[in-house]
Amino acid sequence: MAAPAQGLAARSLLSHHRFRWVEAIPWVIAIAVFFAFPGYRLLATQILVLILFAISLDLIVGYAGIVSLGHTAYFGTGAYTAALLASNGWTEPLSGLVLALVLGALFGLVTGWVVLRTHGLTLLMLTMAATIMLYELAKDLDFITGGFDGINFENDPILGVLPFDVVWYSSNYWYALFFLFAFFCLARFIVHSPFGRALIGIRENVERMHAIGSPVKRRKLTIYVISAGIAGVAGAIWVQIQGNITPAVYEFELAADVLIMIILGGTGRLYGAFLGVVAFKILENVTETVLGTDEPYWMLAIGLALVFTVLFAPRGLLGIFEDIIKTVNRRAR
Amino acid sequence: MLDTLTTILVFGVAYAMLLFIISVGLSITMGLMGFVNLAHGAFAMAGGYVTQRMVVSLGVPFVVALAIAFVVVAAISVVLERSLYRWLYKRPELDQVLLTIGIVFASVAIVSFIWGPDPLLIAVPEFLKGGIDLGFKRIPAYSAFMIAAGAIIVVSLFYGLERTRTGARIRAAVDNQRMAESCGINTSRLFTLTFALGSGMAAIGGGLGIQILGGIKPVFAFEYLVVVLIVVAVGGLGNIRGTFVAALLLGIIDFAGKYFLPEGGAFFIYAVAIAVLLWRPQGLLGRA
Repeated sequence: MAAPAQGLAARSLLSHHRFRWVEAIPWVIAIAVFFAFPGYRLLATQILVLILFAISLDLIVGYAGIVSLGHTAYFGTGAYTAALLASNGWTEPLSGLVLALVLGALFGLVTGWVVLRTHGLTLLMLTMAATIMLYELAKDLDFITGGFDGINFENDPILGVLPFDVVWYSSNYWYALFFLFAFFCLARFIVHSPFGRALIGIRENVERMHAIGSPVKRRKLTIYVISAGIAGVAGAIWVQIQGNITPAVYEFELAADVLIMIILGGTGRLYGAFLGVVAFKILENVTETVLGTDEPYWMLAIGLALVFTVLFAPRGLLGIFEDIIKTVNRRAR
Repeated sequence: MLDTLTTILVFGVAYAMLLFIISVGLSITMGLMGFVNLAHGAFAMAGGYVTQRMVVSLGVPFVVALAIAFVVVAAISVVLERSLYRWLYKRPELDQVLLTIGIVFASVAIVSFIWGPDPLLIAVPEFLKGGIDLGFKRIPAYSAFMIAAGAIIVVSLFYGLERTRTGARIRAAVDNQRMAESCGINTSRLFTLTFALGSGMAAIGGGLGIQILGGIKPVFAFEYLVVVLIVVAVGGLGNIRGTFVAALLLGIIDFAGKYFLPEGGAFFIYAVAIAVLLWRPQGLLGRA
C-alpha cells in the first residue's frame, strides 16, 4: 500500500526537477537579444547581472521568508572585492569572482548569525542599517575606495583569451550570461532539493517545522550564506563588466529596487526574477526617455505599481500568467 | 568640561525628543497590530511640509502650524488606513513592507512634483530665536522649546495610556488582542484611532525637525524611516517606555558622536543599535 504512494510522491517531487521546454524561453530570448539589439547591450548586460542578484534575494525572501531590505551589503562586498583586487594588481577576473563569492558568503555568515536572531521590523532595520553603514564607510574611506567618485580598473581577458569590452559589451554579455546560467542551475537545484522544500516549510509555518524537528535556524542561516555568496558574485560581475565601481553598489535604494523587482515578477519562483527585472528596467528606461528624468515620474510609477501589485496581484506578473494559462486550459477542456 | 557636557546633553536630549515624537506612533501601532508601516517616515515628512507651508506662505504662527500638521496628517493617515492598510492585516509582512514602501515612493514623488527636491526652510518665531541663560551657560531657545514640547508629549502620552479608559483599552489590545476583543473592545476602531494619533505625532516631529535638520525635503521620508526603525527596534515593539529610553540613548549618543568625531560620527547610532540588538534581539524593554 505504501510503496505505490511513495512512488507517486517521489515522482511528483522529481517532476519539478526535470527541465521543461518552456524553461528554455528566457535563455533563447537572452541569446536573441544579443544579436537583435546591439545598441542596448550595456542595459541588457546589467539586466542579466540584476537577474542574478534578484535570484539570490529570491532564495531568502521567496523561499525562506526572510525579508531583507539590505541585500546590497553582500552585492557591494562582492563588488568591492573584485574591484579592489583588480585595481591593486591582481587583474585575473575569475579568481576575483571566486574571492567575491567567498567573502560575500563569509560576510553573510557573520551578519546572518546576528540578523537571523531577529525577525520582522527589527530584521528589516538591521539589514537596512548594515548596508547604509557600508555605504557611508565606502564613501568615507576615500584613500581605498576613491570616495564618491569611485575607482576605475581593468581586468585581464577572461581565461586569457576574451578581453572585457566596455564599448560593445560583447564578451561582457556572454560572461554575465554564463554565470547567470550557472548560478541559476545551482539555485534551481537547491530549491527543488529536500533542503529547498524544508525552506518552503519554514516560510509557510515555522512552528510546524520546529515541531517536526527540522533545524530551522541552521537551515535559514545556510540559505542566507548561499544567497549572500551569490549576491557577492553578482556584485563582482556588475563592476567587472563596467570597469569601475562607486559606493552606489551599497545603496539602500538598489536593495529596495531589487526587492521590488522580484515582487513584480513573483517571489518564490526563480523565473519571477527574470520577468521582474526585465519589466522593471524596461519600464524605467521607457519612462525616463519619454517623460525625462527632471521630475520623479519613475518613482511615482513604481510606487503606484507596488501598491497595485500588493493589493491585486500578490503573486506578481508570473502569477498573472499562471492564472491566464489555467483559465485558458479550463476553457479548452 | 561642564560646558561641553551641557552642550551635548541639551542638544542630545532635544534631538532625542524629536526621535521619540516621530517614532512612538510606529511603536504603538506595531505592538497593536503587528503592521510593518514603513510609510511612517513619510508621515513625518508630510508634517514637515504642512508646517513649512503654513508658516511661510500663509503666515500661520509656528505652534498653530504644528497643530494643523497634526490634524492634516492624521486625517491623511486614516484615509490610507481605511482604504489600503486594512486589507493587509492578515497578510504576510512582506506584503505590508511592499505596500508601505510603495506609498513612500509615491509620496516622495508627489511632494517633489509640488515643491521640488530642494530643502525648504522655515523662519522660527522671535521667541524661539535667542538663547536662555542657565546661569553658567546659554542654551538655544529652540532646543529648550523642543525639550519642553517633548516633555509635554511624553507626560501626556504616559498619562493617557496609564490613566485613561482608552489607554487601558490600547494596553489591553497590545497585550492580547483576542482577549481584548472578547471583552468587547473594538480593536479595529482602536487601531484606527492610535494610528491617526501616531501619524499625527510623527507630523509634529516632522515640523519640529525642520529647524534643526536644515530644512525639509522629500527624501526625508527615507531618512526619517531609517531613524524611526532604529529607535523602535532598539526600544522594543509596542513599548512606549522602551521607545523613550531608546530615543534618549540614541539621541545623546548620536549627538555626542557627531560632536567629537564629525567624520565618522554617523556610525555611532548604528553601532549602538546593532550592539543592543545583539544583546537583546527583542529590544531594550521588549518582551521576549
